[in-house]
Amino acid sequence: MRLIRVVKRTEPLGWGSVLVFFAALALSLALACAALAVQGVAPLRAMALLWEGGFGSAWSLEDSLRKAIPIYLCALGVSFTFRMQIWNIGAEGQFALGAIGAAWAVLTFPHLPAPVLLPLMMLCAGTAGALWALIPALTKVRLGVNEIISTLMLNYIGILFLNYLVYGPWKDPAGRNFPMTMEYPAAAQIGMLGGTRLHWGLVLCVVLSVLAWLFLNKTRLGYEIRASGESLRAARYAFMPYGFLVFLVMGICGMMAGWAGFVETSAVAHRLQPSILVGYGYTAIVVAWVARLKIVPMALAAFLLAGLRVGVEVLQLELRVPAAFGHILEGLVLLTVLAGQFFHHYRLRLNLLGAAIGKGGSHAH
Amino acid sequence: MPIELLIPLLAAAVQSGTPILYATLGEMITEKSGVLNLGVEGMMMIGALSAFWISLATGSPWLGFLMGGFCAALLASVHGLVCLGFQGNQVVSGLALTIFGVGLANYLGTPLVGTQGVGFSKFSLPVLADIPVLGPILFSQDMLVYLSFGLPVLIWAFFRHTRLGLHLRSVGENPVAAATAGLNVVGLRWLGVTMGGFLVGLGGAYLSLAYIHLWTNGLTAGRGWIAVALVIFSFWRPGRAVFGAYLFGGVMAFQLRLQAMGTDIPSSILMMLPYVLTILVLIASTMIGRGGEAPAALAVNMEPEE
Repeated sequence: MRLIRVVKRTEPLGWGSVLVFFAALALSLALACAALAVQGVAPLRAMALLWEGGFGSAWSLEDSLRKAIPIYLCALGVSFTFRMQIWNIGAEGQFALGAIGAAWAVLTFPHLPAPVLLPLMMLCAGTAGALWALIPALTKVRLGVNEIISTLMLNYIGILFLNYLVYGPWKDPAGRNFPMTMEYPAAAQIGMLGGTRLHWGLVLCVVLSVLAWLFLNKTRLGYEIRASGESLRAARYAFMPYGFLVFLVMGICGMMAGWAGFVETSAVAHRLQPSILVGYGYTAIVVAWVARLKIVPMALAAFLLAGLRVGVEVLQLELRVPAAFGHILEGLVLLTVLAGQFFHHYRLRLNLLGAAIGKGGSHAH
Repeated sequence: MPIELLIPLLAAAVQSGTPILYATLGEMITEKSGVLNLGVEGMMMIGALSAFWISLATGSPWLGFLMGGFCAALLASVHGLVCLGFQGNQVVSGLALTIFGVGLANYLGTPLVGTQGVGFSKFSLPVLADIPVLGPILFSQDMLVYLSFGLPVLIWAFFRHTRLGLHLRSVGENPVAAATAGLNVVGLRWLGVTMGGFLVGLGGAYLSLAYIHLWTNGLTAGRGWIAVALVIFSFWRPGRAVFGAYLFGGVMAFQLRLQAMGTDIPSSILMMLPYVLTILVLIASTMIGRGGEAPAALAVNMEPEE
């Protein structure tokens, strides 16, 4: 007789899922502390700094929110593809292409007024990101090419393309040989929200969230996306246009990641430069999955992971912790939360007495 | 291209293809058992770091090489825990493993950046190295390259002619039937994951011990992902993996040489070559193979029994 038996859950976990999430988070923080201890960093002091740096003051909260914006936009995008079990790992490259698209608009029409230039940048960024995402969609639908590999390879290619541009044709002649474009004119910069360090990208996030919710829940296409994600075979039997839906979700994802690139270059970096590529697209995958593709939890998870990123930067400065510590933390959070999701579907029944089966211990289902 | 230029290039192709070959064969074993582990890049990094570290500490590159495989296998068993124990999604768990593994290796490796390590150097095999053309290409390499020559045959024979290999394949093709026949599916898959992880780790170890004798962060530079693609390219057959790995090794070596020669082509564009080639190779192999060769239960978790 086994001591622990796995039993399929019949009713949803409810608030227990919040508990599981925080248990997983606590476990990953504990493991990260072990990694810190290996390098001789006092773990408790580091955790205090991590909290303080990411969430402890108005300044750090602003920083975390600023970082959460591109992460959330990418996460919202990839959640569309994950919903259909399309494993798009390409948000990072689509983000890069979006930034390139926006920069192209600025460098080509530097004298346009803001009301024309900003929408044009957004259009170019969204288009560039979407087109980049449509390449793997095309090879997947037409030829059956595995999209995990193709989207990932396109990340490397997109990043190298950005490097090529800022080291070569788009390099600012007045930039003291730094690989970057010229600083964007004021008309190409998204404004700040009155008196804060937050920019209008935050409003874009809110608007897109509402649109995404309406699209997924109130339109036929949105229904088909959700349905074919839940059961591909059933969707095919129902004659849903699977290929078209793949193009659609990949295009949406590319557009949103592209807009994240636009927002980041226009509002934060004020130019195109390689340092905008810090892995937001990969963090977005963690965010989307940890939040189980739900919009509000994704916003919260984006904020949480952005805060951890900001906190890790403080750790770098104060305790000389290598930057890669952030990736350890992100990987651990994803692994532990993923393992914890087991409890959404199953529960464990302790079997201290073999005779307990059938009587007490659990309600009969 | 004149032969005097081609021979060193092909020799370099074999050398830079060797880590990819180890990793491809490792991932192939894992996938044959029905588990998709996308953590190859992370496991390679951990293998590279632990091999470098341990050989530096003990002065023994062989011990480093083995421990590189062992540490990567340990990391792979995290994937086993999440996917086999907790029914986690295999794609996501593998991605998480890459994020974690690359992060951990770069984190622990930061103090070692620029340190000169101990490793394997090249030597010519007697007699064989004197064979014209083939000698300088294949038999003037380091010990780990020679070791890798036997590996595809060994793995082919393992899956073809041993009971364990057969069992591994059967849990990858039809785990329910295998369980009915009395096989321990979870145990066998765990074995596939850790054995594969071990080989992937050896590939990483090759990078830090033989390819270069230095530690740099981000050493693998996407080779793990290329290995994942090559498993598809080779239709899960060890022999074809050799061809794919050397092809990629060749492109990487060619690209490096062009950069060193100082062409007009910007280095960013040259560096795109392996990644573009990966996509092209995948398109070609998908069109030929129609995907029918993958283990039938690849990436499908088996429900825990009630």
